[in-house]
Amino acid sequence: MADKRLIRISDDALARALGADKLAAAYEKKGCEVHRTSSWGMQWLEPLVEIDGIGWGPATLEDVDDILAGNGDEICIGPIAAHPFIARQQRLTFARAGKTRPTSMEDYAATGGWTGLNRARQIGSEAILAEVTQSGLRGRGGAGFPAGIKWQTVARAAGPQKYIVCNADEGDSATFADRMVMEGDPFLLIEGMAIAGAAVGADQGYIYVRSEYPDAIRKLNEALQKCRDTIAPFRCEVRVGAGAYVCGEETSLLNSLEGKRGEVRAKPPLPALEGAFGKPTVVNNVLTLAAIPHILTEGGASLYEKLGIERSKGTMPIQLAGNIKHGGLFETAFGISLGELVNDIGGGTDSGRPVKAVQVGGPLGAYLHPDQFDIPFDYEAYTKADALIGHGGITVFDDTADMGAMARFAMEFCAAESCGKCTPCRIGSVRGVEIIDRIRAGGRTPDEIERAPQMHNAPRHGRSAGDEIGLLTDLCETMKFGSLCALGGFTPYPVMSALKNWPEDFTGKAAAETEAAE
Amino acid sequence: MSSKSEKIGEIIAEHHGREGPLLPILHDVQEEFGCVDAESEGLIAKGLNLSRADVHGVVSFYHDFTAEPEQRPVVQICRAEACKARGVEAIMEQARAAAGDRVKLHTVYCLGLCSVGPNARVGDTLHARLDGPALAKVIENA
Ligand SMILES: Cc1cc2nc3c(=O)[nH]c(=O)nc-3n(C[C@H](O)[C@H](O)[C@H](O)COP(=O)(O)O)c2cc1C
Ligand code: SF4
Ligand code: FES
Repeated sequence: MADKRLIRISDDALARALGADKLAAAYEKKGCEVHRTSSWGMQWLEPLVEIDGIGWGPATLEDVDDILAGNGDEICIGPIAAHPFIARQQRLTFARAGKTRPTSMEDYAATGGWTGLNRARQIGSEAILAEVTQSGLRGRGGAGFPAGIKWQTVARAAGPQKYIVCNADEGDSATFADRMVMEGDPFLLIEGMAIAGAAVGADQGYIYVRSEYPDAIRKLNEALQKCRDTIAPFRCEVRVGAGAYVCGEETSLLNSLEGKRGEVRAKPPLPALEGAFGKPTVVNNVLTLAAIPHILTEGGASLYEKLGIERSKGTMPIQLAGNIKHGGLFETAFGISLGELVNDIGGGTDSGRPVKAVQVGGPLGAYLHPDQFDIPFDYEAYTKADALIGHGGITVFDDTADMGAMARFAMEFCAAESCGKCTPCRIGSVRGVEIIDRIRAGGRTPDEIERAPQMHNAPRHGRSAGDEIGLLTDLCETMKFGSLCALGGFTPYPVMSALKNWPEDFTGKAAAETEAAE
Repeated sequence: MSSKSEKIGEIIAEHHGREGPLLPILHDVQEEFGCVDAESEGLIAKGLNLSRADVHGVVSFYHDFTAEPEQRPVVQICRAEACKARGVEAIMEQARAAAGDRVKLHTVYCLGLCSVGPNARVGDTLHARLDGPALAKVIENA
């Protein structure tokens, strides 16, 4: 007999990578009605099967019958919404996560969708700008610039044509919140962009999505098709990146959008005044724009402003990744400590070994030591600790991690992704890799040319690992202060924090030999 | 007129009216021919009234565009920080052995599945929570 119960399984790319499609097909074959929803964000439990609010995960094809029969106790987590990982969160941007079908206009409208846009249209530009400013919302893409101020600049700029550009290039390792919004709640992002359009007087939007996210591209296109009339006269289009990390930097992104090499532009002019195609442009991250519809509901701005601490207002969708037991999306008000995130919520490492290091803020973020676990999630607190929140990604490493190798990788990544415009980054990153290799090899002896009798001024004593460390420190200073953008400018953070906290990982000779053999 | 220039002409015509048409065109050409070679660059330059150097500069900037088609199946493996923290480097040896000369292994930095790595991508299909044998199997099936 066919089973008529409603089964909910996420169609998020992560769930799909772990077999969610096959599970859904198996339930359909049994005659069940299957809804493909967004993901709750408890990624260690994906694929998660939900029946009447109860969850089973991670589920495999072998579990299909057991779950239907109400068994499968080993993988049953009980009521999903009451799970501590969910219950402890304060979800505003991810309020719909796990609950709606991503591209269903019906589900979106039934869960408060378009209320922000409708109200925004009633109250008009000045009032929208005032509320966004009041909310204290800061850019979630990394720099933390106040959204309200950026919008005001664009609104006051003269010109008949302005643009809203959504930065969906999400290239940082350990980040996936943008992806989850685009795949799980695409109308939310589009609504945020339409509100931005109404605020600054822009009727054209572009969403620049990295090519590594085919599911997000597909769902955004589907959603845009469906809501075209709802957002009119605002129009919006998806543009696909081409595999360059640096195109997440806003001016590089604009060049790319215009069909140029993704080289970083010098500022000024600010993109707010001369952005896409030389016109005034709002460039905001996905999470910044996705926070807008909530802020624009009645009383939303003051509620947002009351959350968080100091100058970090509202909530941040934090992404727990790497070697962590409970990885996934955790949205909460600013102020939570790193230790609470990693140990209490994340459950420590997935391997069960001690935590050695935590990188916050993606490839340009510092490696923090467990001694620093009381640091509160706050833009300024991180800046003070020579670290950054960035896009809110957290990567946990256990005690097997080789931090010398990670520092080397930071330089290697910078070299691979540098746009090439400025010297400290383009050349410094390559030299950085070499210096780290030499530190790990214990320094270097004078080479053939230096030993030649004609080379009167060349040093005869080679360089010790300590000398090389001095060089690395010097190089990092140059990159930090001499680079045009944060790719070259922030790569010193992971490098120097690794060196400072785990110097022993730089001086092991054996480690150097394995690297060199690659 | 060769069929290639005809096809590229169609692609250009499709995107010509858009703002910033070059990247969408390059994506379509790469998809259609598996590369953007010198001949295509010339045709696109002519179609958009750009210099050939302009187009070549753009093509060569982006990792997604290649000058020659890849004949072998390609498996992308994420080797960014979060996947390193979950042990991708330790299974690369097995991956290389499974790939041999038949499969091209391509390093990428982040597929957005950073809590369930190591991860790989073949075409638009993603694979997560891989260990050595599972990754080898993905490669063998590529
Ligand atoms: C190398 C580099 C990469 C960046 N990558 C991204 C990215 O992937 N997504 C993003 O939103 N911002 C990224 N940024 C930050 C943007 O330049 C910019 O600050 C942001 O898009 C502004 O939007 P927001 O104010 O909403 O954060 C990057 C910056 C740099 C220097
Ligand atoms: S720091 Fe690097 S990525 Fe940034 S502008 Fe300079 S060369 Fe380009
Ligand atoms: S770091 Fe590998 S998927 Fe993000």
